Amino acid sequence: MTTDCIKSHDRGRKRLHPLPVRIMHWTNAVAMLIMITSGWKIYNDEVIFGWLHFPEAITLGKWAQHGLQWHFFGMWILAINGLIYLIYGFVTGRFREKLFPIRPAEVIATIGDALRFRLNHDDLTHYNAVQKVLYVGIILVGIVVVLSGLAIWKPIQFSELTSLFYDFQTARLIHFLCMSAIVAFLIVHVALAILVPKSLLAMLTGGPVIKQQPPDLMPEPVSVPASE
Amino acid sequence: MSIKTPSPSIFRPRKRIDRFVMEENRALVDRINRRNVLRGAVSLGALTMLTGCNPSENATLQTFMRAVSSWNDRAQSIIFRPNHLAPTFSEAQVVKPPRFNAYYEVEDVKPVDPAGWKLELAGLIQDKRPWTAQQIDGLPEQELIVRHICVEGWDYIGQWSGVSLRHFLERIGADLTAKYVAFKCADDYTESIDMATALHPQTILATKYAREPITDPFGFPLRLRTATKLGFKNAKWIMAMEVTNEFPDTFWHKQGFNWFAGI
Repeated sequence: MTTDCIKSHDRGRKRLHPLPVRIMHWTNAVAMLIMITSGWKIYNDEVIFGWLHFPEAITLGKWAQHGLQWHFFGMWILAINGLIYLIYGFVTGRFREKLFPIRPAEVIATIGDALRFRLNHDDLTHYNAVQKVLYVGIILVGIVVVLSGLAIWKPIQFSELTSLFYDFQTARLIHFLCMSAIVAFLIVHVALAILVPKSLLAMLTGGPVIKQQPPDLMPEPVSVPASE
Repeated sequence: MSIKTPSPSIFRPRKRIDRFVMEENRALVDRINRRNVLRGAVSLGALTMLTGCNPSENATLQTFMRAVSSWNDRAQSIIFRPNHLAPTFSEAQVVKPPRFNAYYEVEDVKPVDPAGWKLELAGLIQDKRPWTAQQIDGLPEQELIVRHICVEGWDYIGQWSGVSLRHFLERIGADLTAKYVAFKCADDYTESIDMATALHPQTILATKYAREPITDPFGFPLRLRTATKLGFKNAKWIMAMEVTNEFPDTFWHKQGFNWFAGI
């Protein structure tokens, strides 16, 4: 398999990560970091788990009020950017194209390959089944973290939403668990971006040009052994 | 300097360091001393201050953050549903006593002497005569069993009763089109709420908790209890109330907390 080179005459042709996706990705990265670190500051004021306090050095905001200021500033960036991303993903067909279908057999095969260190990273434009599951999963977690955030921000004005999460404290716990899932994803996501630097580069420059073929006509093999 | 037997760690090599390597790099090893390591650590700390690891108290940034907070005040007043009721609970779920919180510890609460106490009135009010505790007790009583939610994240269900603030404002001839209702408290605490919240059906001037007079730490003889605001907005030990169109700044807002603090 060969990778399309990034050439100047490729401009105007569809890239793996079109400019709007790259802008939204890095906006989200900044917003997420603000939300996570200021959220830790807020959490520290009234911990859910007695054994867990976040070190002050990795929290955002000097005192509780500053953590809250950051959190209620970051929420606008996160929510507006996230909403535009969801609309974009559906309207342009990016979600359908990149994240679906997810076949359970492929997921199992890809996990097997990953465990034997035989994952193929040659073609960045095609996500493997595990990537698809993780990306769909993290988008869903992103939606739940915003909804549970709204439920604990406005438990009376949005009392219907809060009761969907059972009650205020349950919504707060779910908000925390979503944060934990996002941090876990972030660790894997950043580690893999460092291991496969061209994937990180692609999120900055746009990456390889997409072959203009309908996905149905491109039957991908279930797993491709790495060329050695 | 004696070296203790190292405890097992995944970060510590299993094999001892080859003496030859140590000899070879003696000059380098000699340069590692405590003073240099400390100096390095200190300049690393200085660097984090320079880049602003926690820049929240920076004046320019605070100006920006306060502007965002005011924007959030407006957003919250748009979200506010004047006739939407907070969920209520049964008497069996009420926590006794309620949970204490103030800008000081519970031991430092200075009880208000009921004998000399009067509720002073000011601002856009027709009848500004002060009210005694007995006069307030004579007003119709409303009970609220609602969730108290603190900005810190904890909550409990409390049972409060007293006169509806809307009823009281109407009774004293307050200008209900004014923007704010402000409170001054015995402990020099200041608080203010928007008129929409003041007129909400679940906003009362409470005199009782769980059908008994409120005890000293929780605001005796008179406190605000509104179901639609965070805990700190519920002023305790109220001495004076003012209806006004001038923004009455508040204790926590001055320190950077959001003013509207709706829930």
